[in-house]
Amino acid sequence: MMLKVDNLRLGFMAGKKTLAAVDGISFSIAKGETFALLGESGCGKSVTAQGIMRLLPAAGRVLGGSVSMDGESLLTLPEADMRAWRGGRMAMIFQEPATSLNPVLTVGQQIGEVLERHLGMTGAAATGRMLELLRQVGIADPERRLDEYPFQFSGGMKQRVMIAIALAGEPELLIADEPTTALDVTVQAQILDLLARLQAERGMAILLITHDLGVVARMAHRIGVMYAGELVEVASREAFFGQPRHPYTQALFKALPDMSRRGQRLATIPGQVPSLAAMPAGCRFAERCPHVMPVCREQSPAWREVEAHAVRCHWQGDAADADAAGGGHDITDLSVSAGREFLQVDGLKVHFPIRKGLLQRTVGHVRAVDGLSLAILPGRTLALVGESGCGKTTVGKALLQLIPPTEGSVLLGGQQLVGLRGARLRAARRHMQMIFQDPFASLNPRLRVGEIIAEGMDALGVVGEARSRRAAVAALLSQVGLPEEAIDRYPHEFSGGQRQRIAVARALAVQPGLLICDEPTSALDVSVQAQILNLLKKLQSELGVAYLFITHNFAVVEYLAHDIAVMYLGRIVERGRAEEVLRAPRHPYTQALLSAVPLPRLEGAAAVIRLSGETPSPANPPSGCHFHPRCPHAMDVCRSRYPEAVDVTATQRVSCHLLST
Amino acid sequence: MMGFQIVVLWSDILIWLLLAAGIGFAVLIARNPPLLAAWRRVGASRVGMASATVLLAFILVGLLDSLHYRPALEGKPGQETRYAVEVLSVLDALATPLRTRNEKTYSEPFATRLYAKETVDVPGQGAVREYPRLKHGGKHLAEREDEVAADAGFTAFRAGVLAFLCWLAVAGLASGAVGRGEAPGTGWQRIWRGETAFAWNAVLVALALMLLVAVPLFWLSGQYHVFGTDKVGQDVLYQILKSVRTGLIIGLVTTLVMLPMAVLLGIVAGYFRGWADDAIQYLYTVLNSIPGVLLIAAAVLMMQVVIDTHPQWFSTAAERADLRLLALCFILGITSWTGLCRLLRGETLKLRELEYIQAAQAFGVSSWRIIVRHILPNLMHIVIIALVMDFSGLVLAEAVLSYVGIGVDPTMTSFGTMINNARMELGREPVVWWSLAAAFAAMFILVLAANLFADAVRDAFDPRA
Amino acid sequence: MLAYIVRRLLYALPILIGVNLITFALFFVVNTPDDMARMQLGVKRVTPEAIEKWKAERGYDKPLLFNGDAAGLAAVTDTVFFRKSARMFVGDFGRAEDGRDIAREIANRMGPSLAIALPTFVLGLFVTVSFALTLAFFRATAFDFWGVVLCVAMMSISGLFYIIGGQYLISKVWRLVPISGFGGGLEAWRFLVLPVLIGVVSGIGSSTRWYRTIFLEEVGKDYVRTARAKGLPETLVFFRHILRNALIPILTGVVVVIPLLFMGSLLTESFFGIPGLGSYTIDAINAQDFAVVRSMVFIGSLLYIVGLILTDISYTLVDPRIRFE
Repeated sequence: MMLKVDNLRLGFMAGKKTLAAVDGISFSIAKGETFALLGESGCGKSVTAQGIMRLLPAAGRVLGGSVSMDGESLLTLPEADMRAWRGGRMAMIFQEPATSLNPVLTVGQQIGEVLERHLGMTGAAATGRMLELLRQVGIADPERRLDEYPFQFSGGMKQRVMIAIALAGEPELLIADEPTTALDVTVQAQILDLLARLQAERGMAILLITHDLGVVARMAHRIGVMYAGELVEVASREAFFGQPRHPYTQALFKALPDMSRRGQRLATIPGQVPSLAAMPAGCRFAERCPHVMPVCREQSPAWREVEAHAVRCHWQGDAADADAAGGGHDITDLSVSAGREFLQVDGLKVHFPIRKGLLQRTVGHVRAVDGLSLAILPGRTLALVGESGCGKTTVGKALLQLIPPTEGSVLLGGQQLVGLRGARLRAARRHMQMIFQDPFASLNPRLRVGEIIAEGMDALGVVGEARSRRAAVAALLSQVGLPEEAIDRYPHEFSGGQRQRIAVARALAVQPGLLICDEPTSALDVSVQAQILNLLKKLQSELGVAYLFITHNFAVVEYLAHDIAVMYLGRIVERGRAEEVLRAPRHPYTQALLSAVPLPRLEGAAAVIRLSGETPSPANPPSGCHFHPRCPHAMDVCRSRYPEAVDVTATQRVSCHLLST
Repeated sequence: MMGFQIVVLWSDILIWLLLAAGIGFAVLIARNPPLLAAWRRVGASRVGMASATVLLAFILVGLLDSLHYRPALEGKPGQETRYAVEVLSVLDALATPLRTRNEKTYSEPFATRLYAKETVDVPGQGAVREYPRLKHGGKHLAEREDEVAADAGFTAFRAGVLAFLCWLAVAGLASGAVGRGEAPGTGWQRIWRGETAFAWNAVLVALALMLLVAVPLFWLSGQYHVFGTDKVGQDVLYQILKSVRTGLIIGLVTTLVMLPMAVLLGIVAGYFRGWADDAIQYLYTVLNSIPGVLLIAAAVLMMQVVIDTHPQWFSTAAERADLRLLALCFILGITSWTGLCRLLRGETLKLRELEYIQAAQAFGVSSWRIIVRHILPNLMHIVIIALVMDFSGLVLAEAVLSYVGIGVDPTMTSFGTMINNARMELGREPVVWWSLAAAFAAMFILVLAANLFADAVRDAFDPRA
Repeated sequence: MLAYIVRRLLYALPILIGVNLITFALFFVVNTPDDMARMQLGVKRVTPEAIEKWKAERGYDKPLLFNGDAAGLAAVTDTVFFRKSARMFVGDFGRAEDGRDIAREIANRMGPSLAIALPTFVLGLFVTVSFALTLAFFRATAFDFWGVVLCVAMMSISGLFYIIGGQYLISKVWRLVPISGFGGGLEAWRFLVLPVLIGVVSGIGSSTRWYRTIFLEEVGKDYVRTARAKGLPETLVFFRHILRNALIPILTGVVVVIPLLFMGSLLTESFFGIPGLGSYTIDAINAQDFAVVRSMVFIGSLLYIVGLILTDISYTLVDPRIRFE
């Protein structure tokens, strides 16, 4: 074993007290092995990584335990000696490539200083080595790019540069802290491939920190699950995905949305992770565990070996029970009503002018949305899927007329919204509301929950009298599963999931027929996401509300959507019923997107269609079909002409030359 | 009993309005938990609370000096009462001994004789040049002039004991309040172990220091000129006390003058953007580009002309000086709103993109309602920070402006005029240092307390900290 | 890049015009030339004739904005606004009360002002940035704590105290340098050393604290963690990574005042008897010489706007993100 972490305890100073964020974890990693540390936010996995590198923030403290690499104990080394290890035999890459690179130094300088520090390389030798490194991480034209600054690189390219910096010191251990969380799925697939290839070439060990079971399935050899600062289960990849043993791990799997769970309620984990200041003495998961026993609350469980698993749990029971029966649920949705569209969008365009030059003339446009058409039926869910920068969020705001559309029509129950003003626009907005991505930015911290929810009622004149309004707010709160006392409290007293419930209640207050949900679960942990998805499903069946679900997460789409529209650079490239698009995608982009999603299963790592490059800028879209520079099937005609939409079935429409010829 | 006529100066109105606004604001805070939490953090800061105690003492002096009246002149009975042209304040009344016991000219602190030699007729010796005895300073010592140190020391000691007793009483009350409903003594213990949510220990330490300095000082000031006297023989301690109000008005009223404009324009520019933003940015760039001192100088010169050409507006010299002080506040306000305005504009630009603002827009909430409900409350911390941060800068600026000749009216006592008058005498031999030293020291204490308090407020309110 | 600078210059023009209008309004509309004349002449000598004479001597007897009596273009040019305000754009500032040409006086006095202001600026910047960097390097230690306490105390002291105290101690008690005055040639340094020293010391408190905040903000950023993860020693992390990023906000806050150095410092110059623009301004204020004050306002604004443009240019030099866009 190369890296051995033994009973490591890390904490933070909070006033005079020290709170243990990582409380006695032990694991080891062998040469050439990928060990994944899996857990939800706040479980201490990133702190562990920082502790191993001895890069804890100022308030962080090592409270005990040891970390040794090749027999050398790292935690007792003097700081000066530790620096020889950092960036040398062990290197680290971070979650946010955008902020992790120094903005005012060239890429060459930032790689070069590692070479100089650890290998003593300077001058021509260093330049040669840097070019080699950039080539290894898949950066084209490295001679030119060496002198460029980080802002001239796209997100995925920045992460490649980070990897090149990490590799420069010839590390034997690479710590990757959520390396792909900030990236799109197609780019994520590229980076994961790159990491796997480099590992195979160099025999590096990787400590992968992630919250994504899909990434774990794709990369890890062994997995450790963390909960509230402790490891609760360690297993090999096969054993882990074959049969998770700890109730927490089982719950995590059950909370994942998936095609097979359509129409079912997702399992959720009740309650919350205990706070650092109030850790229970017994098993830390006891309060939320479905199998809790009296002994769990008194005594912290010891490690136990079960069929290639190491588990910290008193419960001797077996696998998750009812779940196995869940199986292939049918997606066909019989309630497809032939009724007329609730919302009909035609040729919607939102262009932002780019001004330049002496007189600030408009020299071009960012075509955020460029001729988009879609229809939403009452009581159904349309998922608008696309990667970052494709314009999907702009669509949501343009539909609500928060951003004035440049062109096109938005018909709400037959009424034209574009160009509507004042009282008539307000009346129309009653039928359509929005739920935002960030539950921390979407509620005004200075208002009470009751005031927040009542705001829409006041503005749109739904309920007049004060007492009946309070009753209405209370009813809304109970509808989203919050107690009535919440009315008089402030948003900061609630967790992320609860805040998102408040946001849902606020939107529902005006009884809209359509909710535009802009990535409502992407800031939430899996178990909380499951609660919100369950809530949205429940509300749809109770109230018959339609959803426009804007997301990049295919698992959520599979679970929730009736119809799917796939967006690329401001236009919809494929749309159709969910089962059509998911099971028989026809556009090469949809195919690539679907195959790039890492699945949380053993057989998940099937053939991935690799897309080169990243989404181009909407200010300057490629000629012809926007997708042709990245398309594996590009033909001559694709470069010159944008393809017409073709009806593949009665409901599935695809814009691709492959289908029209 | 002498009659009097109440005189209400414009600055008095503003200062009492300010106090009322402060109390109203406190009530508002008490009802709003997020704001209350921030102020609790200020309350927990030991440095912040110690400096707040010092500031409160200054404010008390300033408030006492803001109740003005004109005493009735003694006249024959039956005649219509006439009032003096001199406008006095409650502070003047309390400090009557300090105000009235003037010497002829300079005298050192605790001196019994004047600073300058004079020709005195001594019976039997004819005209002799010597340092004449002071009329008031150390008069009670009579012939025992060389016992000043012993006498003053003893008096100071007695006063110190009194101060300590006063402090014990206050500290006892505080610990009683802290440990209410518990065993006696627990409150005391909790205060000194720093276990109270409010930084009582800092307040009590600051209070102890203040009492130990102030009580002996005032006790002694009945018999000596503790800080000496100035050119016309006025007690320097009295001048210091009078300067406090001027400093407070400059520091507080100025910010309040500019506040409405800065807040309104900043929010309008940031929220509505477009031509309103362009116009407001143009306005503050223009104002900013004129060097501050010069703009103030130009405006003050103009104001001087207006005041000089309309003597009929003022019935007393105090009113004229008062108006000039307020005009100075307005001018300083107009030249200093740009910084805050720019800050608020930037913050509003950020806020308007936040999702809760967009949610409100999606409900069709009107723009002004969004500004009042969503934007303004979330900018309050910046306004509060600006208010306390600007205070010390303005107090310091007043001294410089008065020196340049564009500050307050020369007849008005302020730190600036004190320094300006005293610096002429630095060339003398031996140096007349006491006036200058006292003014600088008092200003230093006031500004240091304000700076430390501002830091505590900023730490408590700034979400980044 | 060139188009950018030209645009900035064009943008400066309306601002200068705005400044011009404001000063015009302050000096001629709020108070009429008659008021000025009364004040200058003093109470005793005020007669209608004396006022007219005073105005005619200085050209204030013309209409303010439009001269109905004059023909053609002169209707606009033969006015107070054109002669006294608009002509400042071509460097014609008119004459002071003592009859001297203001433009020439300004040109003569810039040298002494700069001789004090420039060394003060350069030395002050060096001292405060190094002090702030040291505090940030030893952040959260006792050294940092007491350093900040020192800064707060120093910024609570009036600027006048530094000057008066410095003059008293160094010139009067220790007699190291002359108390005031100015001379050319090699001996000039004897007159410069004290004002420069005082200028530097009085700026330490607030600047250091401000720079320290900027440094600490950079210390918390992700790229610093990356630099540490490379195994770089802390000094290198500070000098290569943090300093360069922190220089962006520091420089841009500092560059704007560089042109204003020509204006000198009001306080320092008047206390030390330096014949620069600062003391010129103070003398004009005390003598209520409106023509000079007006000219100084105009020049001050002009220099500030130049400072803004320099700031924009310096941004493009230190920040590659702006340079390449």
